[in-house]
Amino acid sequence: MELHAFMFWLIALLTGLCALATVITQNIVRSATWLLFTLAGTSGIFFLLGADFVGAIQLLIYVGGTMVLVVFGVMLTAQGPFINMKTSGAEWAISIVAGILLFAVLLFGTWGRFSASTSTPEDPKDSHHAVTIGQVLTGVPYGPFDSPTQVRAHYLLPFEIVSVHLLVVLIGAAYLARAKRRGEEPK
Amino acid sequence: MNPAEQLNLYLALGALLFVCGVVCMATKRNAIGVLIGVELVLNGANVNFVAFSRYNPAFEIEGMIFALFVIVMAAGEAAVALAIVLNFYNNHTTVDVDSAEELKG
Repeated sequence: MELHAFMFWLIALLTGLCALATVITQNIVRSATWLLFTLAGTSGIFFLLGADFVGAIQLLIYVGGTMVLVVFGVMLTAQGPFINMKTSGAEWAISIVAGILLFAVLLFGTWGRFSASTSTPEDPKDSHHAVTIGQVLTGVPYGPFDSPTQVRAHYLLPFEIVSVHLLVVLIGAAYLARAKRRGEEPK
Repeated sequence: MNPAEQLNLYLALGALLFVCGVVCMATKRNAIGVLIGVELVLNGANVNFVAFSRYNPAFEIEGMIFALFVIVMAAGEAAVALAIVLNFYNNHTTVDVDSAEELKG
C-alpha cells in the first residue's frame, strides 16, 4: 500500500506540474509538448488505478493520435507572431483568481464527500477488465446472473452511436479542411 | 491510506487538471491553445471517471466505458476543431481568437 501512495504522489506531481506548465508557458510549441507529458502522466494514473485497458487506449489515441493532430496544427499555423502570443497582465490576474476560486469550489464539493471501497483485486493479473469491456461493448450483459438487485446492462447502442459519430466527424473534418482554390465557386 | 483518502487525492488531481484546462482556455489567444485547454478539461473528467470505477464497485465497468467514450469524443473534437482552425487560418491568415468577430452581434 505504501508503494501505491509513493507512486501516486510521484505521478500526480509530475502530471500536475506539466499541466501547470502547459498553462503558464506562452510558446504554443512548448505548450503542446507539456500537454504531451500531461497526457502520458494521466495514462500512468490510469495504470495505477488498475484500469490497464483505458491507460493503454489513452496512450494509443491521445498521446499517439490526438497529439500528432495538435502538433500538425501547430506546425501548419505557427508563423512568426503566432508562436508567442502574449496575454496581458490584467487577464492573467483575473484568470488566476478565477482558477483558484474554481479549484476551491471543486475541492469543497468533492473532498471527503464520497465513501469508497475497493472490491477490485489489488493484483493486476487478477483483473479481467479488458475482457469485460469488450463483452459489454459487443452486447453481452454485464453483472451477476443470480443477483436481482444489480441491473445487468450492456453498451452496444452507445458504442454504435459513437462509431457513427466518429465517421461523421472524420468526413466533416476532411470536408472542412480540404484545399480550396481561391476565386472558384464550390460545387 | 484508506480508500476514501485515496479517492479524495485522485479527485483533487482531476480538479487540478480541470482548472488548468479552464484557465488555459481563458488565457490563450492562440486557437490551438484553446484546443489544448479543452483536452486538459476532458482529461480531468477522465481521471474522475476511472477513480470512481476503482473505488465504487457499482461503477467498476461503467467508469472505464465512459472514459473510453470521452477519449473517442475528444479525438473527434480535436479533428473538427483543427479543421476549423486551419480554415480560419486560410481565410484570415491568423489564429488569434480575438480576431474572429464576424458573428459579433
